[in-house]
Amino acid sequence: MNNTTLFKHAIKTAGILMSFAIIGTALLAYTFGKTQAPIAKSEADARLALFKQILPSSAFDNALLENTVTIPANPLLGNTIPTVANIATQQSQPAGVILEAIAHDGYSGDIKLLIAIKANGDISGVRVLTHKETPGLGDYIDITRSQWIKQFDDKSLSNTEETQWRVKKDDGAFDFMAGATITPRAVVKAVHKALEYFEANQAFLFASTNKKVAIE
Amino acid sequence: MLSQFKDISVNGLWKQNPGVVQLLGLCPTLAVTTNVVNGLSLGLATALVMTAANGAISPVRRLVPSEIRVPVFILVIAALVTMIDLSIHAFAHDLHQVLGIFIPLIVVNCIVLARVESFAAKNAPVPSMLDGLMMGVGLALVLALLGGMRELVGKGTLFSGLDLVFGEPAKQFVLTVIPNYQGFLLAILPPGAFLGLGILIALRNMVEIKKAAKLNTPQLPRQQALKPAESI
Repeated sequence: MNNTTLFKHAIKTAGILMSFAIIGTALLAYTFGKTQAPIAKSEADARLALFKQILPSSAFDNALLENTVTIPANPLLGNTIPTVANIATQQSQPAGVILEAIAHDGYSGDIKLLIAIKANGDISGVRVLTHKETPGLGDYIDITRSQWIKQFDDKSLSNTEETQWRVKKDDGAFDFMAGATITPRAVVKAVHKALEYFEANQAFLFASTNKKVAIE
Repeated sequence: MLSQFKDISVNGLWKQNPGVVQLLGLCPTLAVTTNVVNGLSLGLATALVMTAANGAISPVRRLVPSEIRVPVFILVIAALVTMIDLSIHAFAHDLHQVLGIFIPLIVVNCIVLARVESFAAKNAPVPSMLDGLMMGVGLALVLALLGGMRELVGKGTLFSGLDLVFGEPAKQFVLTVIPNYQGFLLAILPPGAFLGLGILIALRNMVEIKKAAKLNTPQLPRQQALKPAESI
């Protein structure tokens, strides 16, 4: 007798919990369905706006977001899982590429960079996507804090020697701010390695866009 | 009825303020309050979630057996926060860029569960929603105050980052209180949050102790109250 009431009680309680879970899941599914398209659209808009900051819209005429190449993990880019690179073309000719690179040797945590490189090997622009550097000290790498990151514009492996890819404190070409040298060191190194990656893998990156280039 | 609403408001804003009295939900309090805008934004988002959570739990409070109340409450809160998160992401993308990483944190903020458990599970929907709103606003005020203190001492500005919430034109409202300020990093780093919160708690306690002292010596306030009348 006692056991049956206990059993009934347990069933009833479980049923109530279950119905709350079902209602909750249904509401979430509904909200997700309603918001999925607007979210995807605003994400794409935001990403394209970011791309246009580092690669002027006059430099390409293709749909940047759709023209992608998946890059396998590569130590030069610091990625441990495959990432997606966006390929820019101008009149079907390769115009540039937007790479994601990660610097693991920042002051605290990874620094994720977005680097736009023109087809001729010049940097078009660099932005920091995410970082955990000390606020007010190492965060000047962020464009919202200072213009520091713009000194990479138009730099390339040919116009800046191997030994110059360092901060000025280490006899290189790049400015830094007193009190925070570990952060800019990591960023300079990551950008340099990304350029090396671009030089070594140019054919692979542009393979899908235009086969003729390799012959020309 | 009206006095009950007044009690709820006073409790949320002052007597039982979640930020400086109950000391619940310190994780976001300490992590986010590096400036006024961050603190206030998260505070208002929390207030929204608390109002919605209390409003959702209160009507079904008699359906939920006490053995499973905590899982049900958490489920409702988590579902609500996810819905609010998705909606902000879809319809206010810029705001989501600023608040995005904090909104999921609200689920684990124990002040939300604490108010659901101690108030909404025992009271009617309207007072429950008011309780959630007032507790949330009380927390938002503490977050904004703490953010203001840390921003002023740490960077010498107020309202920096306002443009991230209201767009580029809002940049002109950023106040540089101390020009050419070198910055005081400690205030921005986590220790600054603990020190600032300590100062706020101490200030509140000071006010309360003074109030209590006045109540114990009823002669003094009456004399003070009479003085202006005599002079007229």
